[in-house]
Amino acid sequence: MTATRLKYFQTGSFAAGNRLVEPSERSEQAAPGRANAITCGHRACQGCGEALGARYALDAAMRATGGELIAANATGCLEVFSTPYPESSWQLPWIHSLFGNAAAVSTGIAAALRAKGNTRTRVIGQGGDGGTVDIGFACLSGMFERGDDVLFICYDNEAYMNTGVQRSAATPPSARTATTQAVGEAPGAPWGQGKNAPLIALAHEIPYVATATIADLRDLEAKVERAMQIRGARYLHVLVTCPLGWGTASGDAIRVARLAVETGIFPVWEGGDGEVTAVTRIRHRTPVEEYLKLQTRFRHLFTPVRDDATIARIQARADRNIERFGLVGEAGQHPLDLHEEGGS
Amino acid sequence: MPEQLEGSQAVARTVAACRPEVICAYPISPQTHIVEALSRLVKSGALHPCEFVNVESEYAAMSVAIGASATGARAYTATASQGLLYMAEALYNASGLGLPIVMTVANRAIGAPINIWNDHSDSMSQRDSGWIQLYVESNQEAADVHVQAFRIAEALSLPVMVCMDGFILTHAVERVELPDPDRVDAFLPAFEPRQLLDPSAPVTIGAMVGPEAYTEVRYLAHYKQMQALDLIPEVAAAFQQAFGRASGGLLRPYRSSDAETIVVALGSVLGTIEDCVDQLRDDGHRIGAVGLRTFRPWPAEEVRRALEGARHVIVLEKALSVGIGGIVAQNVHRALEGLPITVHTVIAGLGGRPITMASLRSLCERGLAGTLPDTTFLDLEEALVDAEIGRMRGGRRSGPHAENMLRDVGTVGAAGLT
Repeated sequence: MTATRLKYFQTGSFAAGNRLVEPSERSEQAAPGRANAITCGHRACQGCGEALGARYALDAAMRATGGELIAANATGCLEVFSTPYPESSWQLPWIHSLFGNAAAVSTGIAAALRAKGNTRTRVIGQGGDGGTVDIGFACLSGMFERGDDVLFICYDNEAYMNTGVQRSAATPPSARTATTQAVGEAPGAPWGQGKNAPLIALAHEIPYVATATIADLRDLEAKVERAMQIRGARYLHVLVTCPLGWGTASGDAIRVARLAVETGIFPVWEGGDGEVTAVTRIRHRTPVEEYLKLQTRFRHLFTPVRDDATIARIQARADRNIERFGLVGEAGQHPLDLHEEGGS
Repeated sequence: MPEQLEGSQAVARTVAACRPEVICAYPISPQTHIVEALSRLVKSGALHPCEFVNVESEYAAMSVAIGASATGARAYTATASQGLLYMAEALYNASGLGLPIVMTVANRAIGAPINIWNDHSDSMSQRDSGWIQLYVESNQEAADVHVQAFRIAEALSLPVMVCMDGFILTHAVERVELPDPDRVDAFLPAFEPRQLLDPSAPVTIGAMVGPEAYTEVRYLAHYKQMQALDLIPEVAAAFQQAFGRASGGLLRPYRSSDAETIVVALGSVLGTIEDCVDQLRDDGHRIGAVGLRTFRPWPAEEVRRALEGARHVIVLEKALSVGIGGIVAQNVHRALEGLPITVHTVIAGLGGRPITMASLRSLCERGLAGTLPDTTFLDLEEALVDAEIGRMRGGRRSGPHAENMLRDVGTVGAAGLT
């Protein structure tokens, strides 16, 4: 898709005001005939970022494929809250097999479609950060290196939320989880650990890798649509907030995700074939403290005694992202700054 | 027309005749020759349409098969030993979802100690996984039973494991008459899935089921396996009619109708056992054998009928349930409940130890004489075991068993493929 990047902030509110744009540029969620791939009535928590992200991503994929879509889901919140027997939220063919094998099941679906000469139907694999970057990582890497025709979407809420908020390889340093408690000399998750799944995906030289957040749902939709125009292994890493695990107010789901971007904590970029080709620039550069203080998983950084050293360390991490991906600056000044030039 | 074929080649060519649409493979000895041959058939275009997927693990192999089968493709893979254990979680999933995948298990021991040679530890460890388990005696039967396996699997929507002895069968060159591809086509109807990932009629496969219906879903898995007790002999009979050979089925008695002592076993060792029975019959002993061809579902009634006239039953098995002894023997015991029959367990052939005619004959003679204990480890080197037990008693840090015992044996460095 060659989308003109839309600026929704005319009102200063960030609101995705569909009435301000041409019908063809509107979010799929504004379409009366949208697929509702994951329909209402599921059991996600109030303010669940994963449910929101999955709805936008899958409906965009349904639009891009004309409804010719099959999804394979890893075990996790998304699987559990969407299919409490005998109910199912899924309005598309959907399979859940195991925690760690969603990418391999997707490969099997794609192989079967190929053997049957079916080039219409496309495949999405999806899971949380645990099912993607930890237990599902070998299957994911195998799917990438073989170039199987699968878009894998990771909804990253930075811990094992379904089992009660345990630490994963996507948990940020200093975050409190049930297995990295806010006690001892260095409370929360240890520093120097974790992996950057999108960059590892990029290193597989697959044709499409992107990150997105639920703070910019039009961007998420556009990335899904672009991904569905491409054949081969593709990866989309979506930061989704979790009121339960992060200790945020349900009504702050999008605000916190936006702060993750605006602070530089979570760089939003797009690439493929080993290169980052576009980034979403930070509009209002914000200190990480604004992001951290909304989340009880970081409460130990502020109370009972403020931990300036650790906050500075997190700031330095965000600053490194800003520098590395060129997230701040005037349009056109950074080699990766493509979006602001009026399209990609 | 009969050919001289390696067992793996016979299986590969037979599987190809069954027209699988997705084959996934991860290398592990002694299964490799099967998937190597299939990869060649797919790449050369001889087997088309078919996707051959080289995966990164056995866990992925079974997962790819799950995805393919749920999308309506006939799916096949092969494994052995550690590979079977590594895919254990996906095995239960495939059967729980009711996906008719067919898999060859080239039976091999499980480590530690790592050992690539034949026994039945691998498939026996997965006897409760919900897969139908068929065991074959020869390469001819291996070929024939694969054709039957696809038909049984798809009729019941259950996965089927065809268990063949690693190396002893997979790498042995024997006379085999491959099932004629045209007749296989006629014998195997096109795969019509019970459940299908199809955008025109979306279904949810693999939903979470709580206490309100979990028991019922599991009961259905059991119900379907019990149906296999009727279906497996029917398919074997249909196969015999179509191909003119008897293969498969639930079990096969050998000179056992009037036998006082019957040896029960699975797999390729039955050939040696039958020769032994012949020798002892020539000497006037009333001995026979029963070969189990289906282990799951457990054909309890047929086993009881086949053994009810005996006084002694010797269950010779190539696996060990540590802490209790025999696995097959426990099942036989249950089938014979209430009958005045003594069941002896013989653990034999572990890790590729040859089961020789001499050992078998002496075992059977002890059985006939009524001097066989409840459980026997055939040809156990007691001196070797005693020496190591002595070392353990002698001090705390006695070291690793395997190295100590190999040093005693004097063959340290018995390397092998993995």
